[in-house]
Amino acid sequence: MKLFKTILVGAALAVGLAGGANAADKLKVGFIYVGPTGDFGWSYEHDQGRLAIEEALGDKVETTYVESVPESADSERVMTQMALSGTNLIFATSFNYMDHVLNVAKKFPNVKFEHATGFKRSDNVSTYSARFYEGRTVIGHIAGNMTETNTIGYIASYPIPEVIRGINAAYIAAKKVNPDVKMKIVWVFSWFDPGKEADAATALIAQGADIIMQHTDSPAAMTIAEEKGIYAFGQASDMIQFGPNARLSSIIDNWGPYYVARAQAAIDDTWTSTDTWDGIKPGMVEIGAFSDKVPADLQASATAIKDALAAGTMHSFTGPLNKQDGSVWLKDGETADDGTLAGMNFYVEGIEGEVPQ
Amino acid sequence: MDFSALSPVALIVSLMVAATPILIAAIGELVVEKSGVLNLGVEGMMIIGAICGFIVAVETGSPWLGFLAAMAGGAAISFIFAVLTQYMLTNQVATGLALTMFGLGLAALMGHSYAGIKPPKFGTLDIPFISDIPVIGPLIFSHDYMIYISLMIVAGVWYFLTRTRGGLVLRAAGENHDAAHALGYKVIRIRIMAIMFGGAMAGLGGAYLSLVRVPQWTEGMTAGAGWIALALVVFASWKPWRIILGAYLFGGITVLQLNLQAAGANIPVAYLSMTPYLVTIIVLVIMSADKKRTSLNAPACLGRIFHASS
Repeated sequence: MKLFKTILVGAALAVGLAGGANAADKLKVGFIYVGPTGDFGWSYEHDQGRLAIEEALGDKVETTYVESVPESADSERVMTQMALSGTNLIFATSFNYMDHVLNVAKKFPNVKFEHATGFKRSDNVSTYSARFYEGRTVIGHIAGNMTETNTIGYIASYPIPEVIRGINAAYIAAKKVNPDVKMKIVWVFSWFDPGKEADAATALIAQGADIIMQHTDSPAAMTIAEEKGIYAFGQASDMIQFGPNARLSSIIDNWGPYYVARAQAAIDDTWTSTDTWDGIKPGMVEIGAFSDKVPADLQASATAIKDALAAGTMHSFTGPLNKQDGSVWLKDGETADDGTLAGMNFYVEGIEGEVPQ
Repeated sequence: MDFSALSPVALIVSLMVAATPILIAAIGELVVEKSGVLNLGVEGMMIIGAICGFIVAVETGSPWLGFLAAMAGGAAISFIFAVLTQYMLTNQVATGLALTMFGLGLAALMGHSYAGIKPPKFGTLDIPFISDIPVIGPLIFSHDYMIYISLMIVAGVWYFLTRTRGGLVLRAAGENHDAAHALGYKVIRIRIMAIMFGGAMAGLGGAYLSLVRVPQWTEGMTAGAGWIALALVVFASWKPWRIILGAYLFGGITVLQLNLQAAGANIPVAYLSMTPYLVTIIVLVIMSADKKRTSLNAPACLGRIFHASS
């Protein structure tokens, strides 16, 4: 019996060693997603980025992912498990993983971490995000022009700077072309809950909204918009299949190029902790094709805005802009600095309601 | 803020839609628990129902066949649970949790090529003239058929459990399986049938989500509805009619808080979002204040393994 056990242990060790040797050749990249990869929104696009790594780097990498990881201590367990099983580079793709990423990173100084949409970094934790607000400026421009009830519905997830920035950017752009525009905002306090997102869309439509924007991850609102015959925008992913008539355009997250570059850097041993915040110009934020419901002249002006944002000749937050309470935020011609944007926790003047605390 | 924009009729209609998936799933679980089995796999069975119903409705073009398939799918996956817990005597809590995870994964696999497809539209009741009466028309006579069916199911379950011999036997198995066995009733067979009924109902509730409430398939789209259904059974203290009360209360507050937000109510959103859960807790506390009565309501053999030889 004892001999048998010894043989077993030996065999297990041999397998383990062989596995280790094999793993050493390859860069192991792990991803954790806040929703399912099939949400056809946020997590779906991150998974497309993961597939882009596999495509670009082939057998130099091995990728794994865990989906629907709650933004709680659970995520710490998942990342610890990944680090323990030899993963070299971990992408944590939701805002509230933040402190958990830092905790795990402290325990595994040799593992590299990348945290999406966060702002806390350390020697082995990078942060990266996209300037989604540039996309919001473009779709806000379209929505302001196209709303007939002068009411835009906005389904928001959590009151974090990124979401508030999106609301402000869309409102500023809509207000510029339509001074009477109103924005009705519903907070659902979830990234992914199709039932609730659908209910929120229904509530907004009942309150007179004829265009829906969303900052949640599922295409539920798009489906409802299609059913009720109003307009909406694809969020994170194109979503045209969910609203062939409702979808006017979309903001598409394109993580692939960044992910490939970071994985390559890890292979070349040139990876360092950085903070990346890319917008339309490098292609991290894409604007989906305009539907034919958008009039040609509006398509042209929206494209012009997109190009100006990409060229840097225009900024989504350009003064004169006041905060909601009427105090001056940006003077005429002044543009917002990244620090203020990264921590934005206030509405601009004209938006009704309060930011939930 | 503008309360005039809040139409009570529209609110009640949308709260019924929001509540129906958990209502149907909860009434199924109530029967399961009445027979003495605790199946925590409601979430898994719901999502299996959601995808089975969706696939069949899309392929055949008939939402009715979709709902039937959802029931079959939910019952089939619950049969796995039934075999494991009733014949192999596995732990019900662990098996139920495993069923949830299995269901979520299997549904994702099955639904892989069904994302982004529009299901056929499910009909609503439309009686000439009557459905057009203001207030009463939209309130009572123009819901989709499944809302009426869900209420009929609750009535049927109530009748079965309290007015028929079969219901008495099922409750006997849940209250004291040894005594039921000694009287010659097939405890295991009764429980398997109850579990499969529960699975069919959970499947139906899931299909309501994917065919009516959201009309689309997305992975993980039940997003915790199964757990709310489980809580509803306790909330209702194992009484069928109270399931309706609980489901509509929960659905109602969820919908109301979203509408209040859209109407620009000047109430901090955090409070609004927590109200459905808060009210549920308060009602639970009130109802369980009389400890003796609550414990009398819970089936005495709930979650206990039955083995004939013991």
